[in-house]
Amino acid sequence: MIRVIPCLDVDRGRVVKGVNFVDIRDAGDPVELAARYDAEGADELVFLDITATHEERDTIIHLVERTAEEVFIPFTIGGGLRTEDDIRAVLAAGADKVSLNSAAVRDPDLVERAALRFGDQCIVVAIDAKRRADGSGWEVYLAGGRQETGIEAVAWAAEAARRGAGELLVTSMDRDGTQVGFDTDLLAAIADAAPVPVIASGGAGTLEHFAQAVTVGHADAVLAASVFHDGVYTVGEVKAAMARDGVPVRR
Amino acid sequence: MTASGSGPLVALLDYEMSNLRSAGKALERLGARVRVAARPAEARGADALVLPGVGRFGAAMERLEAHGFTGMLREAAGSGVPVLGICLGLQLLFDDSEESPGVAGLGLIPGTVRRLRTDLKVPHIGWSEVRWREGTVFAPPDGGPADRTYYFVHSYACDPADDGDVLGTADHGTEFVAAAGRGAVAGVQFHPEKSSNAGLALLGRWLGGVTAREEVPA
Repeated sequence: MIRVIPCLDVDRGRVVKGVNFVDIRDAGDPVELAARYDAEGADELVFLDITATHEERDTIIHLVERTAEEVFIPFTIGGGLRTEDDIRAVLAAGADKVSLNSAAVRDPDLVERAALRFGDQCIVVAIDAKRRADGSGWEVYLAGGRQETGIEAVAWAAEAARRGAGELLVTSMDRDGTQVGFDTDLLAAIADAAPVPVIASGGAGTLEHFAQAVTVGHADAVLAASVFHDGVYTVGEVKAAMARDGVPVRR
Repeated sequence: MTASGSGPLVALLDYEMSNLRSAGKALERLGARVRVAARPAEARGADALVLPGVGRFGAAMERLEAHGFTGMLREAAGSGVPVLGICLGLQLLFDDSEESPGVAGLGLIPGTVRRLRTDLKVPHIGWSEVRWREGTVFAPPDGGPADRTYYFVHSYACDPADDGDVLGTADHGTEFVAAAGRGAVAGVQFHPEKSSNAGLALLGRWLGGVTAREEVPA
């Protein structure tokens, strides 16, 4: 079955959502929202700690502990995880998976070490990609789209999977916050190149977009933040639409 | 986690191979008294044992042995104490695994553990519907497909030698065993503590069996 995953951006223990990663606004307790998404039929949750600093680690650990005690679906923590110790801390607090982004690009060996130590299944590598102007694939970006890396996204996806990433969370920086639909070319290129599940992210706007990420983009899961968080659609409405388009979902 | 309340006392075995927070909280929510046990002495007197686990088969057997749990689990199973294996915990109940050739499992359910042979992606991560053998400990008495759909994360699946030990099956491009059991020893390949209401209901049914055992001694 294809998973539907709401993403909650968290800043200092509170939920926010940025459009194109700027203009963020405050909106609620992450654990309460997580429980609401569980009740709506969310298959998994992702918490993205967007302003993680070392001093704030305790806040996120506390959030992980509360979530693990109150919400009985899998959840992933991403943002600011740089070392094996960072990863160990959130997994020990009760997170099911961690999502590595910048740290994995800067130190690809971290993916390998973490996968060996904690298991492939709990290591998600998040890839933020933007279409290259010259048409030579997609560029990997860091720091919410501000920093170019010179790395091609499909090649990086294949390498990350080879190094032990259990899943890939692929965000189109061109589409994120635009609500014009997922970049299905990017998704399909990565899903077809990497032998691990791909989570589609960035651009969901209409109900039809979610099924397209799967039928055209070959994704194994779909992630969205604002359409759920702003109450545009419920998880149930998204799943009903996907089912109408022939995509198997848990209902 | 400390035991409180009046339900059955469940020992959650902590051998450093998984996070116990969600499983413990789920069991507590269902009325169990939960005691996290890192040594056999701490599990003494428990009405049932829960063996969770993620990671590799060989490493897990090593840790189980280091914590003194292998003998305890075999004794408990021999005397009819309910044992629930979760995910890797189910696989450890078998004789051995393709994941760690040459490493002996607990041998509480005859059979082996094999890598998923499928054209689909492995690990199998996600929700799958289970076809239950009716009337067995985990099988829901009613409900729709969502009540029989659970969250899986695995690359291997058990293969009981005796078909009678298969309690439920699921599909990931190929049919695999999602739950198995023999006597009071049983396990599920999925994570009931991560399977929302369907998972909590399943744990509740298993706990119900534990309670019944207490009330009606053999």
